[in-house]
Amino acid sequence: MAVVFEKTKMLTDAPYHYCPGCNHGIAHRLVAESIEDLGLTNNVVGVAPVGCSVFAYNYFNCDMYEAPHGRAPAVATGLKRVLPESLIFTYQGDGDLASIGTNEVVHAAHRGENISVIFINNAIYGMTGGQMAPTTLVGQKTTTSPYGRDEATCGAPIKVCEMLAQIPGTYYAERVAMNTNANIMKAKKAITKAFKYQMEGRGFTIVELLSTCPTNWGLSPVESLKWLEENMIPYYPLGVYKDKGAE
Amino acid sequence: MALTLMKGSEAIAEAAIRVGCRYFFGYPITPQTEIPEYMSARMPQIGGTFLQAESEIGAINMVYGAAGTGARVLTSSSSPGVSLKQEGISYIAASEVPCVIMNVMRGGPGLGSIQAGQADYSQSTKGGGHGDYKLVVYAPSSVQESIDLMTIAFDVAEKYRTPVLIAADGMICQMMEPVELPEMIEHKIDYKKMPWAITGEHESDTHKRAIINSLYITVEELDELNERLQANYRKIEENEVRYEAYNLENAEIVVTAFGTVARICKSAIDDLKEEGINIGLLRPITLWPFPYEAVHKAATQPGVKAVLDVELNAGQMLEDVKIAVNGDQKIEFLGRYGSHMPTAEEIYDKLLQMRREF
Repeated sequence: MAVVFEKTKMLTDAPYHYCPGCNHGIAHRLVAESIEDLGLTNNVVGVAPVGCSVFAYNYFNCDMYEAPHGRAPAVATGLKRVLPESLIFTYQGDGDLASIGTNEVVHAAHRGENISVIFINNAIYGMTGGQMAPTTLVGQKTTTSPYGRDEATCGAPIKVCEMLAQIPGTYYAERVAMNTNANIMKAKKAITKAFKYQMEGRGFTIVELLSTCPTNWGLSPVESLKWLEENMIPYYPLGVYKDKGAE
Repeated sequence: MALTLMKGSEAIAEAAIRVGCRYFFGYPITPQTEIPEYMSARMPQIGGTFLQAESEIGAINMVYGAAGTGARVLTSSSSPGVSLKQEGISYIAASEVPCVIMNVMRGGPGLGSIQAGQADYSQSTKGGGHGDYKLVVYAPSSVQESIDLMTIAFDVAEKYRTPVLIAADGMICQMMEPVELPEMIEHKIDYKKMPWAITGEHESDTHKRAIINSLYITVEELDELNERLQANYRKIEENEVRYEAYNLENAEIVVTAFGTVARICKSAIDDLKEEGINIGLLRPITLWPFPYEAVHKAATQPGVKAVLDVELNAGQMLEDVKIAVNGDQKIEFLGRYGSHMPTAEEIYDKLLQMRREF
């Protein structure tokens, strides 16, 4: 029988611990396939965050680091300085990257650090059980914003791609979404492009993936995809925020 | 080999380079800023990396990332900055990654002062970050000793897969002394000895993928890590204790002190010796593992009537001296807070006063 599909060898056989309907599994596969497509299976190191994807080192079939909360871009910087020819990527959620780790990611971008950041934005803290994230939408209810996020006291959600695109060292920043097949295909293209730029030595690249968290949003997986489309995309518009390679 | 007159901080930086360190991540803070300054000029000349991090937190995590490859990596800071590094140090210890960290101690707490201090003894030796871990802690008392300890620090870090701290007080970095530097070596990573090191290579029959991690989510897994760490610490305690014994023969009083303060104590001891009074000094070089046995032996040898512990803090090492002596000798303490360096005369007077009270 002809083989029509094979799982990428950049993922291990370990079963995911993720909740039903969560987008991490798909995002992992896109990253893993991109590495294989670019022929980088023998030259790659990933850095996992603290958050739902803390166990990413069990799933990506390559040398992996588990960084302290928010510090993945600094760990990746250290790695890249020793292994400048290797693909070095971080995989971070919105609590990790956009709250406790803003300093690390902003300065990695400012240095034009030649690393790629895969940023999963699902507008909530997943692992700790649904608390308000820096990306939680105004009015969105979480366990630490039970009356809905109040802009007067909590401020507006952080737009990471828009912010990092302003930095001279950022070579490429794109926001994609995981809500439809078409968008997922675009997400993979964006990840592949980021990795390609890194291997060309272009500088800092980031791909933000708008993702769902059915468990902590209190919605079914299907309802979650709809919620993402109707609530997240209007505030976090999809698209390329910076692409020095296309200029 | 000819001696060179060098400032402590620059000698320490050059020594690290000579023993194969090619990666330095740091952040400016007095009184150690000359170390990153020196590295910023020197590393590019030899194909090494100097990176001024955005913070001490950034710097220690860059160390974590770089040292996981098996490369020799150094960071340096001073007390408030080292407090910021504690999170990363706990992760590095838990992940069993070798590296060397310099703490050029200044006066504290808080922003404290910018002159010499020794008040980070407890932070250094009792686990400054979270969890059950230890650092091997060296306390040099001269510029030459700082240089010599750099070789030992990297070797011990790699032998035991542990972060090593060199706790020098600000005086060491700020003074100039004639020194002899080690020969320049190129450090080659020996992957046979470091099968845990990150290479980026894909897993194969001959190569297992490397995971640098400190998360052990089940009780059994975490127990296994902690048992492994503790067994390693027992080995370090057995093999790596270092101390200097000075003028212990026929001593009436044994002084315990470390770093620059121990050197000042030596001056007082030498002055008293000229007057026919024998005072000994037991100087821990490793603050951890602490030389408990040596201190007990010195404190209880025939003829000794008391111990005097002298520190530039409120009595942090004094706790370990008390544990070592275990009630078998009278102990007195002469302490000054950070930046208020005790003089040889004060120590001399204190020893004479103790002697009158025998």
